[in-house]
Amino acid sequence: MTQFLIDIASWVFIGIGSFFVVAGAIAILRMPDVFTRIHGASVIDTAGAGFLILGMMLQVGFSLVLLKLVFILAVFLFTLPVAAHALAQAVLHEGIKPQLVEDRSASAQGDGRQP
Amino acid sequence: MFVLAAAAVILALALVVARAVKGPTVFDRVLAGNSVGMLAILLLAILGFLTGRPEFLDIGLTYGLLNLIGTLAILKFFRHGDLAHDPNG
Repeated sequence: MTQFLIDIASWVFIGIGSFFVVAGAIAILRMPDVFTRIHGASVIDTAGAGFLILGMMLQVGFSLVLLKLVFILAVFLFTLPVAAHALAQAVLHEGIKPQLVEDRSASAQGDGRQP
Repeated sequence: MFVLAAAAVILALALVVARAVKGPTVFDRVLAGNSVGMLAILLLAILGFLTGRPEFLDIGLTYGLLNLIGTLAILKFFRHGDLAHDPNG
């Protein structure tokens, strides 16, 4: 009975993680700006990967595989925000400004390609 | 259920690769490359569970550590034009 409940919780977590992975990928493809695309990538990095790995953790129980999954999740949570921060800093250093609400009417026809 | 997760990750990989091909600036491509590396690690883990061989997780761990180094190296190269840039000199 307990194993059945753990299975159900694991499948629910894996379903939520799959949803967030696909949603973040759609955001990366459809968002108008580099900064908003970084937001979509961060959705995949935290919510998608977090829920998927949590679901896998519930599947394996206490073993060495659980420790490896914990390490992979820790690597994700430490390195991917650093990469996103460095990317946003490099974009700002290049001179690309975020699209703001007030100039949306001026550049609504563009595809996010700023000089 | 792992099949559904693998299908979702492969679909996400296709969308992200489409952004990498389309991306107007080089930063879109760097972002897409970083996300492709992350999704590849997830796909490795799911594949390990599907085939009953969790040894794939070690490869995923190594690849996750290399992913950050690669992204930072590419960003540094495009910012300074040189990987051995000295901030003091």
